[in-house]
Formats: sequence, C-alpha cells, structure tokens
Amino acid sequence: MHRFANPARFQRLSAAILPWTAGATVILLIVGLYVALIGSPRDYQQGDTVRIMYIHVPAAWMSLFVYVNMAIAAACGLVWKHPLADLFAKAAAPVGAGFTFICLVTGSLWGAPMWGTWWVWDARLTSVLILFFLYLGYMALVNAFDDPQRGTRAGNVLLLVGIVNVPIIKFSVDWWNTLHQPASVIRMGGPTIDGSMLVPLLVMALGFTAYFITVVLLRLRAEIVQRKIQTMRLTEAQG
Amino acid sequence: MAEFFAMGGYAAYVWSSYALAALVMVGLLVATLKALRGAETTLKALEGSRPPRRRRARNGAAASPAAEVGEG
Repeated sequence: MHRFANPARFQRLSAAILPWTAGATVILLIVGLYVALIGSPRDYQQGDTVRIMYIHVPAAWMSLFVYVNMAIAAACGLVWKHPLADLFAKAAAPVGAGFTFICLVTGSLWGAPMWGTWWVWDARLTSVLILFFLYLGYMALVNAFDDPQRGTRAGNVLLLVGIVNVPIIKFSVDWWNTLHQPASVIRMGGPTIDGSMLVPLLVMALGFTAYFITVVLLRLRAEIVQRKIQTMRLTEAQG
Repeated sequence: MAEFFAMGGYAAYVWSSYALAALVMVGLLVATLKALRGAETTLKALEGSRPPRRRRARNGAAASPAAEVGEG
C-alpha cells in the first residue's frame, strides 16, 4: 500500500486509470438506463414505479459502500499516518453524501405512491437518515479546524465510531417491524428477485461504482494540488 | 412514445427520481472538475511567479542543509 502513498506516483497512476473509469461509467450508465427504463418489465404489483428501484437500490448500496471505504481509510490514516488515506476520506465524503441523498429522496418518491406515505420514522429510514448526517457531520468536522491535521483526525474518529450504523442499516429490516421490504438481492440463499430486474439493478450498481471511482480520483487529484499550494504558500510566507 | 413517458401513470414519481439522481451526480462531477481546474491554475500561477527561487532552494536543500539556511 505504501507504494501508492507517494502523491507524485498517485498523480501518474490516476491519470492512467481515469480515462478507463470515465469510459466505463458512461457505457455502464447508458446500458443501465436502457435496461432500467425500456428493457425490463413493469412489476405486476407496483407497475412502473419499480423502475425507481434501479436508482434507489444502487444508491443505497453505494451509500454504505462509500462509508465503509471511508472508515477503512480513516483507520489507515489513524494507524499508519497514510497521507493519501486522509485525503481519500475527505474526497469521498461528498460523493457518499450525494448517494445517500439520492437514496432518501427516491425512497420517498417510491414510498408516496406505494406505501401511501413519503416518510415513516422506522428503523431503516431513520438509520439511513443518520448515515446522511454522519456524512454531513464528517464534512463539517474536517473543515472546522484551523489545522487540517487535527480536522482529519477528528473526522477519522467520527467515521470509525459511525461504522456501528452500517450493520444497523443492513439488518434493520430483519430486526424491526418496518414498511420497508427485506433484502432480496444480498441475502442468504441467493437473490429472490427475478433475473429481468436483477440485471438492470447490477448494471446500474456497477455504473454508480465506476462513477464513484472516477469522481473520487478527480477529487483526490484536486486535494493533492491543493496541498501543494498550501505548502508553497507556507514556505513563501516563511521565506 | 407517449406511453413510455407516462410510466403507467407514475410519471411524476419515476421521472423525478431519475432527474434528481442525474442532477446530483452531474452537479458533483461539474463541481469536482471546477475545483480541480481552479487548483491547477493557482498552482501554475504560483510556480510561474518565482521559478528561479524555488529551483535554487530545492538544489540547495539537496546539496547541503546549510546552503538552504544561508539563503533564507
């Protein structure tokens, strides 16, 4: 891992990877949108609202995936002082918050016609809302200190504490009574969802993942350049 | 075509979901690219403003720490 800790090497590596992830994002999302909107059947109970699922569920997966990645980076940053790990968490946070926001709002837009309500304060919806606030809290905390080092330290601790929320979100539909349906893809005994709906779901999820990698690499590049500017200004001020 | 856009009577819910996702994702991408461009321009300007001093400082540091101290 420390081979990739060198920012200069990262800039070269990310420049080589970026065209591929950007291309994969475009292709996967075009194919994903086609199968989601045209190539898949409407649900026999929910009609065309089932198409909201192809945004809602991948966004929900991403909200957890991004958070877990940030928490791992936070641990690496705290334990090994890995210079890119802190920057990764900082770069990924707005993307994770964006996915969580998409998940919450599309869930509302799906709940309104199907459940008859925009929102209920049950375990699943509330725990995802807490995840959204964890993202926002992290972003606010990191920028709240004059010393960026102290900011990322505090943010990393918050990320590690907040990780308890992840299994709560995942198992909330099994542990508590809820309007939300239980897992139908990532579950023991394999998916219960039909293949014609599983395919658009997975393609969209891959597209979202490629998008996440692309945007995080771009944000990391910007963060590294920003750090360079900071050190240059600092030496200038001292010199 | 009209039937496709009607989404079985749920057009408002389905299309606003897709529009919101597109808005958030494109917005994040545009903001990221803007920040990256801005930072790169600032860095270029900083590097361009005093390149001789910077190069001398780095060479001095590589050669001997004393040279850097003497310069500052």
